[in-house]
Amino acid sequence: MTIERPNFQPSAPKPGEYYQRDRDWHPPAFAPIYKTSVLRSPKNALLSIDQSLSELTGPMFNHNELGPLDNDMISNYAKDGDPIGERIIVHGRVLDENGRGIPHTLVEAWQANAGGRYRHKKDTYLAPIDPNFGGCGRCLTDDQGYYYFRTIKPGPYPWRNYVNSWRPAHIHLSVFGPSFSQRLITQMYFEGDPLIDICPIVKTIPDEAAIKSLIAPLDMHNSIPMDTRAYKFDIVLRGRRSTLFENRLEGN
Amino acid sequence: MVQKLDFIKETPSQTAGPYVHIGLAPAYAGFDIFENNFTNEIAGPNTRGERITIMGRVFDGSDAVVKDVLLESWQANTDGKYNHPEDFQTKDVDDDFRGWGRICSDFETGEFTLKTIKPGKVPGRNGSTQAPHISLWIVARGINIGLHTRLYFADETVANGTDPVLNGIELAERRKTLIAERSEQDGEVIYTFDIRLQGDGETVFFDI
Repeated sequence: MTIERPNFQPSAPKPGEYYQRDRDWHPPAFAPIYKTSVLRSPKNALLSIDQSLSELTGPMFNHNELGPLDNDMISNYAKDGDPIGERIIVHGRVLDENGRGIPHTLVEAWQANAGGRYRHKKDTYLAPIDPNFGGCGRCLTDDQGYYYFRTIKPGPYPWRNYVNSWRPAHIHLSVFGPSFSQRLITQMYFEGDPLIDICPIVKTIPDEAAIKSLIAPLDMHNSIPMDTRAYKFDIVLRGRRSTLFENRLEGN
Repeated sequence: MVQKLDFIKETPSQTAGPYVHIGLAPAYAGFDIFENNFTNEIAGPNTRGERITIMGRVFDGSDAVVKDVLLESWQANTDGKYNHPEDFQTKDVDDDFRGWGRICSDFETGEFTLKTIKPGKVPGRNGSTQAPHISLWIVARGINIGLHTRLYFADETVANGTDPVLNGIELAERRKTLIAERSEQDGEVIYTFDIRLQGDGETVFFDI
């Protein structure tokens, strides 16, 4: 498999390392309100390392690896009609912390159907599978870092954390950026959902402003009349230092 | 007033959840949707280098095998060159090798496998040389933010001895948690690499 590349050039002057992650902004590994984290969180502190080529580089993807319907969850698993549910567009930009769009990067999305049921062999929730809905999509951002999906708004989903825990409606998102150090998986929520405030997974995030940054507003400007509503969701990946002074990545 | 610093905050991480396969590896979720899937067999027919198989399991803090984990790997080619425009070395990239793999553990056994080539040495900072290694990123239900670690090779004793990252691990005993053991089965080179998320023998994880 030969992998063709977009004509990617790092911006000049060649930038330096990526900014350190703010781990008070992200959820901690050990967050006992989310019970599964209790046995799956390291006890030792993470070891901080300077970024080398291994961290500054990462996989790149090309349009010829994706299919034409990959970003359209209304159509990409339709067998004998459209899936049932609220037709929505989810769109936004992938930016870095400096506010620059990240071009040609892979965004992957997955979700439950309108009733909160996942198409996964381990999901046994009694709400039915939708025969015309798969629940996954992917796309590359354009030159400006813009991405968009079309899908069905997912339903809330019960899970056994507390006896009566329900996830808010959410879409899982996975993003790359040009370096492996930016690799990120997150979840987007929908404006106004009352389940957001009582969700243990949401509440693993300690900062109220950080939680708000995961809630997509209704975007009527981009809604299509008589067809599809829109939600806007920007995704921010780590930014990087602008100057090359004292940068001894290359050993000089 | 001083000027405003215009930075925006990184989007906070959330767990990938138990159904991460739907989005990242639909075949594991139990259905077929995309024409082209990303997999754990990443060396093409023309990829240069020694074919190797990485095998391992991930354990939680009660020593139970984690059976719904997803890993990604990132590595250089056999010459130690990353397939990325910012790799400043004059070495050739391998058009048949991106260097990235997506790996799912088996739902029954928890075993994960990566079929790849053994990477070469890559430059470290300040003129140092890093021992051959594969960067790994681990997500799963119960993991709130992806865990970064590295896999090194037990048969690279000399290079491992001077690797700047391994040597940066203060407790020498913990360095062993990053070394994969080599064996051969039916002519195939296998490296075994178990990951312990918590407790005795806990794997070293990095903030990169």
